[in-house]
Amino acid sequence: MLFNFFSRLGAPLTNVLIKLGFACRFLIAIVRHSGSCLLRPQLTMREIWFAGVLSVLIISVSGLFVGMVLALQGYDTLQRFGASSSLGILVALSLVRELGPVVAALLFASRAGSAITAEIGLMKTTEQLSAMEMMAVNPIARVVAPRFWGGVISMPLLAAIFSAMGIFGGYLVGVHLLGLDDGSFWSQMQGAVDFRLDVMNGIIKSVFFGFAVSLIAVFEGYDAPPTAEGVSRATTRTVVTSSLVILALDFILTAFMFRGV
Amino acid sequence: MNLLEFQNVSFSYAENQILRDVSLSVRRGQLVAIMGGSGSGKTTLLKLIGGQLQAQQGAVWLDGQDVGQLNEHDLYQMRRKLGMLFQFGALFTDLSVFDNVAFPLRERTQLPESMIKDLVLMKLEAVGLRGAAQQMPHELSGGMARRVALARAIALDPAVMLYDEPFTGLDPISLATVGKLIRELNDALGTASIVVTHDVAESLAIVDYVYFLADGCVVAEGTPAEVKASTHPFVQQFINARPDGPLPFHKPAAPYAEQLGLS
Repeated sequence: MLFNFFSRLGAPLTNVLIKLGFACRFLIAIVRHSGSCLLRPQLTMREIWFAGVLSVLIISVSGLFVGMVLALQGYDTLQRFGASSSLGILVALSLVRELGPVVAALLFASRAGSAITAEIGLMKTTEQLSAMEMMAVNPIARVVAPRFWGGVISMPLLAAIFSAMGIFGGYLVGVHLLGLDDGSFWSQMQGAVDFRLDVMNGIIKSVFFGFAVSLIAVFEGYDAPPTAEGVSRATTRTVVTSSLVILALDFILTAFMFRGV
Repeated sequence: MNLLEFQNVSFSYAENQILRDVSLSVRRGQLVAIMGGSGSGKTTLLKLIGGQLQAQQGAVWLDGQDVGQLNEHDLYQMRRKLGMLFQFGALFTDLSVFDNVAFPLRERTQLPESMIKDLVLMKLEAVGLRGAAQQMPHELSGGMARRVALARAIALDPAVMLYDEPFTGLDPISLATVGKLIRELNDALGTASIVVTHDVAESLAIVDYVYFLADGCVVAEGTPAEVKASTHPFVQQFINARPDGPLPFHKPAAPYAEQLGLS
């Protein structure tokens, strides 16, 4: 009975470890076959268009609203301490350090990550990947690697757009709606936001998130059982796993970057 | 000279034995059919030729190379000699008909675009679909998609052509057209071709030799005339489409009455 209990407990853990092992081998295969992305940059550019450029609208609108809400909430709190003029600092630091990379990555996983998984999964289901193999074209080099690098490159750019739009949203609410001084809003922000500590760390975070989301998306698609249900489950797993990994990575990275600051 | 040869090949998925001690050969210019019921191991046989699966016993020889012993690089080099028509075409849905046929030429050669254009139009002309060059795969009927996939498979004039159930789901006109194309292309290109199928009438009309697979074994073989005259019970059941014979219609199961709770 005790053996059965431990066996039931261990089986899911073993499955997770096996899958992690496969994902690591898959990553090595992607890196090995990434030469095609360098030799034929148009393949990666196409994926940057699909994963990145087509996500700009949802990222921009979301960033704008998040910045506007942040300004409203921040103003309410700062006013109690007579520090409402620091609203620009609050909005900028919140977005550049945390919300920009994290929320943009969550949106990227939902919009582009799920699409990448579904596309690769359906290519597998309809034997398009097998057809490529039989034509002596490696599907990891031709299909997976460009999508992976397209995601890795797109993510920091999308996070930057999210933060910029958020700051603009904060400016609209703080200055034009709540009546803060225009010059004070921008100058305090410029004075308090450090490029290396705040902006660079935000960019580094978004690179990690892009790497993780892209790997999860291509792996889940490639590993999906070739059935309608298999692709559907893989797509869901991409969004759920990516979201959890983004939040966990955010904690780890934040602990390293801003410890004792 | 045999371009393709199976030497006592056995293969199983876990404990499920798919192929047992299969030996067969295909010469250059020969069109061979592999026939058998569903689950008899026909598609597995094609995957072994393409190196997508590896035999657990025996060897698959393709143009003097043991497919199972090749590393990844050599396997991809070997596949350059292969063309394969998939059961449902496996066309790239984001590419037009023209770009689908051009795909292997663009990926595997350094030919200028003007020459690729000419080659693609020639291949599409060979399957009668030059007029559909700019259409997308979702705009094609099943038969047309199969013909485009055939044009793509022969784009680089392969030495060995593999056809996975090329007649499945086709209307009679498309079926006859695809059958005729397979024979004509085989003769024109001088390839060694394997057609995996359970369409008896169409296959026996076009192939040079037939192997019958049942339970993973080659149970009978011969020219179309020989198999038509064969008294082998499996061949008789298969070519005459009899429900009773060595190939059971029902998968083994518990007694019917018992499962219905009647006994």
